[in-house]
Amino acid sequence: MPDQEEIRRKLGLSDSEYELIKEHLRREPNVTELNMYSVMWSEHCSYKHSRSSLELFPTSGPRVVQGPGENAGVVDIGDGFAAVFKIESHNHPSAIEPYQGAATGVGGILRDIFTMGARPVAFLNSLRFGELNSAACRYLFDGVVAGIGGYGNCVGVPTVAGEIYFEPCYERNPLVNAMCVGVMPLERLVLGKAGGKGNLVVLAGSKTGRDGIGGVTFASEELSSDSEKDRPAVQVGDPFLGKLLIEATLEAVENGLVTGVQDLGGAGLTCALTETASRAGSGIEVELDRVPLREAEMPAAEILVSESQERMLFIVEPEKLEPLQEVFKHWELDLAVLGRVTEGREVVVRQGGEIVAAVPAESIAGGAPCYYPQSREPAYYKELAAFEPLTLPPPKDYNRVLLELLGSFDLASKEWVWRRYDHMVRTSTVQGPGGDAAVIRVRETGRALAMSVDGNGRYCYLDPYRGGMLAVCEATRNLSCCGAEPVGITDCLNFGNPEKPEVFWQFEEAVKGMAAACEALNVPVVGGNVSFYNEVDKEAIYPTPVVGAVGLLECPEQQGKVAFKDEGDLVLLLGGNELSLGGSQLLKSACGKVAGRPAAVDLELEKRVQDLSRRLVREKLVESAHDLSEGGLAVALAECCLQGNLGAVVDLPVSDRREDLVLFGEGPSRIVVSVKPEKLAETAALAKAGGVDLFELGTAGGGILKINSSSKPLISLTLDEMKQAFEGVFKWIME
Amino acid sequence: MKWGVVVFPASNCDLDAYHLLRDVLGEKVEYIRHDAATLAGCDLLILPGGFTYGDYLRPGAIAARSPVMGAVVDFAAGGGPVLGICNGFQVLTEAGLLPGALYRNSHLQFRCLETYVRIESSSIPFTGAAETGKVLKMPVAHGDGNYYLPEEKRLELEENGQIIFRYCDFEGNIVREANPNGSVDSIAGVCNRAGNVLGMMPHPERAGEKILGSEDGLVIFNSLLEFYGNREVRGGA
Amino acid sequence: MEVTLKKEVHDPQGSAVENSLKSLGYEAVQRVRVGKYLEVELEAPDQNEAARLVEDMSRRLLSNPVIEDYSYTLEEVRRQ
Repeated sequence: MPDQEEIRRKLGLSDSEYELIKEHLRREPNVTELNMYSVMWSEHCSYKHSRSSLELFPTSGPRVVQGPGENAGVVDIGDGFAAVFKIESHNHPSAIEPYQGAATGVGGILRDIFTMGARPVAFLNSLRFGELNSAACRYLFDGVVAGIGGYGNCVGVPTVAGEIYFEPCYERNPLVNAMCVGVMPLERLVLGKAGGKGNLVVLAGSKTGRDGIGGVTFASEELSSDSEKDRPAVQVGDPFLGKLLIEATLEAVENGLVTGVQDLGGAGLTCALTETASRAGSGIEVELDRVPLREAEMPAAEILVSESQERMLFIVEPEKLEPLQEVFKHWELDLAVLGRVTEGREVVVRQGGEIVAAVPAESIAGGAPCYYPQSREPAYYKELAAFEPLTLPPPKDYNRVLLELLGSFDLASKEWVWRRYDHMVRTSTVQGPGGDAAVIRVRETGRALAMSVDGNGRYCYLDPYRGGMLAVCEATRNLSCCGAEPVGITDCLNFGNPEKPEVFWQFEEAVKGMAAACEALNVPVVGGNVSFYNEVDKEAIYPTPVVGAVGLLECPEQQGKVAFKDEGDLVLLLGGNELSLGGSQLLKSACGKVAGRPAAVDLELEKRVQDLSRRLVREKLVESAHDLSEGGLAVALAECCLQGNLGAVVDLPVSDRREDLVLFGEGPSRIVVSVKPEKLAETAALAKAGGVDLFELGTAGGGILKINSSSKPLISLTLDEMKQAFEGVFKWIME
Repeated sequence: MKWGVVVFPASNCDLDAYHLLRDVLGEKVEYIRHDAATLAGCDLLILPGGFTYGDYLRPGAIAARSPVMGAVVDFAAGGGPVLGICNGFQVLTEAGLLPGALYRNSHLQFRCLETYVRIESSSIPFTGAAETGKVLKMPVAHGDGNYYLPEEKRLELEENGQIIFRYCDFEGNIVREANPNGSVDSIAGVCNRAGNVLGMMPHPERAGEKILGSEDGLVIFNSLLEFYGNREVRGGA
Repeated sequence: MEVTLKKEVHDPQGSAVENSLKSLGYEAVQRVRVGKYLEVELEAPDQNEAARLVEDMSRRLLSNPVIEDYSYTLEEVRRQ
């Protein structure tokens, strides 16, 4: 038998952590207990390296019902209803087995939402891959897209928005961040608490097998070239069972049959038992012999840490067990009563009549050490920041540049992807993929939710502080372009190994930037997920914080759209003047360079621009609104034209700046809108009153996008030419 | 008159059909569970879309053998109108209520997009309110919508007027590019010999409100209402 | 038991695999068909009865006669 030391090394527990466990237990832990501590004290479950930084986020506000710490965040959306949402990563499983990794990522985030008692109404996702000229990247990309669709389509929740970028740093460590949004009457909110002495602890759903054993430890380690050998750690999703669990759980919640609900995700039963007990300040006693197993003779430790998918834990008053069983039987699901809630604060686990583990719930669920890792500015930072893109000669042919950008994998139409997702089921999608944000109507209240997911790893690599800010600004600006008021965000922080000071510096700076933007824009963070150790063979990904934002519209008809609408509408540019080619799409696509600094952010201005945009859109003063992001003004105008199937003739504002900077430079707080000529005066007055600059660019119409500078033609492209570049790129490379 | 929406494990467009009937059309509608022995006195039945039993084995195969299907078969045999949409269509073919079979899309991918279909026959209760040749805009969302049946069977259907919808372009031309799944002869919907059971891959229930992009799907529900709801009026006219 | 698409039914998965094999340089490949493989453990007094059961379940559920063919082999295993 291997000795304790060898075991705990394998489990990834440090010597000091082992000492701390002994302190908590006041004795030596046995092997089963060591396994439990190891999974719960992994980064994935305990946030031991990130907790101290995450405290910077504003997490409260008048609409916040439940902030971070539960399965998902809950925000009041009026009329007694709440939006429930969360984003989570499934990066490492997807790197090993893209279809199942992505599918179980979707299944996991789905459970987080209905666990709270909410009906899931939308999925979003944020994906990163290596460049698609590599066959391995195409395999990962195709598998992930198929997996997201495979799960989401089956459970009947529309996948309505997302973003995908391609950079070499994600080649072997793709990012798969899945977000789910749910809606529920506020009074139906259930928490993951095991309260009420004598209440039953009930397990439902799939049988427990050996799948995913050590999954969270796996997520909390760097990948190496031999990670392929870790395949058994990847779980297999069963969306059919997932769908039945949604219906049965929501029926149980609706009928008041359960007092606490917790899904089994990372760290399986261990996490569910200790977290529910810890949140309620109670104890739990369970018999492992009652856990339905898929494989005979699993040792206690394996049953306790198995990550078999599609399982739920319920806390049930004894007299409600029978009606609960009725509900589950109807959905062809079995329940297993594992044990009871007890008075103490200990989770006691028995197998074959013997106690195999007895641990204080809080010590395991919340007792992990909190690390304050060393932080050091990386050597590359100053060097890349000092690079000035304008020292390069400007491109000669702007038509070609625009077509190249429109046809780049990062900016090209993602229709090939979202056609594979059912984005219409539930007949509530009133704005599907392809716009700035998706809009879902809430039939129960007549209102609508806008949602968007955004992040830019390049910006964050070059300047994590600005990059973090820009991610929050972009996500909320997308909502504001739809006319929606941002009510909360959820974040997925994808970084390398935090034990490296340079990586931790990136993390700290990005979180600071995000927090500053949230404060300034008045948007609380209500939940999220940290994914560290995104490294393969010591090469870290770009720091990639991804922001999922949810906003509220008074009614679906209020929504704004990207597309230019009518011949003769005036095209206006609202907002900021701060531009940079640092980290821009132009620099990447034309020069293959990732360098320079992204533009500085004036958060006060950002807020004014977003406030103005919402007002213009809601009051129908503008016919369209579109935020400027990668590719700058030229790409944004092209997108408005393509979506509206309408050209435009515009003149750039007079300036002494270089044309390539004005056309393709990227910066925050900027929006293109179109208005009827008779609405110009009112729009301009509102902009002035709102402290936002307004430039009249030109007129929508015709079949050509013409961009001139002081009447000198810079760009002239037909809709067909742009369409050809923008569409079909993925079909061409993937099929 | 009462509509019934049959809910199998992992049906997922049940809610959408229910919403359209109740909230948009103001009809009486009830869910019927997959293990029900009777149809609760419903006059019209909808088998909605979804992934019943996860589409495991074959789409619709397991649902077609669930308890409620006995009552559905009897109902159809007695002339009761049954509309199968998407997965519901697959269930109806698996149950032998409709000819042919639906299998993997020829391009192997799930596809969710707006399509146009042409009404090939308006002489059945499902399309009576429109004219033959009318083009309807309705979305599809499926991975197994590739309709197949042997050539001689297809000719038989054609002869009997059982081909009700074909995929077409927005002007009504039957062209290959408009066929989203490789279905033989661009077939998007077929009915049984008697004309009271219709299966279709496009989703009329997703095309029933302007804000969703199309109201063309209402033709089917309105046709049924006209035929069954005002039957006596019709007969007397 | 093996369930495959009938010869006359186009097999999109088979074509995709076939093309992929050819692009990997397997010029010798003529045709690929993709099917399902099922294992059914059942209890029967003899081979005849087992065959009858398998035939029956194949026709009723495990294959769709409109598009699929099935074939099977029986193997006797001792009850544990």
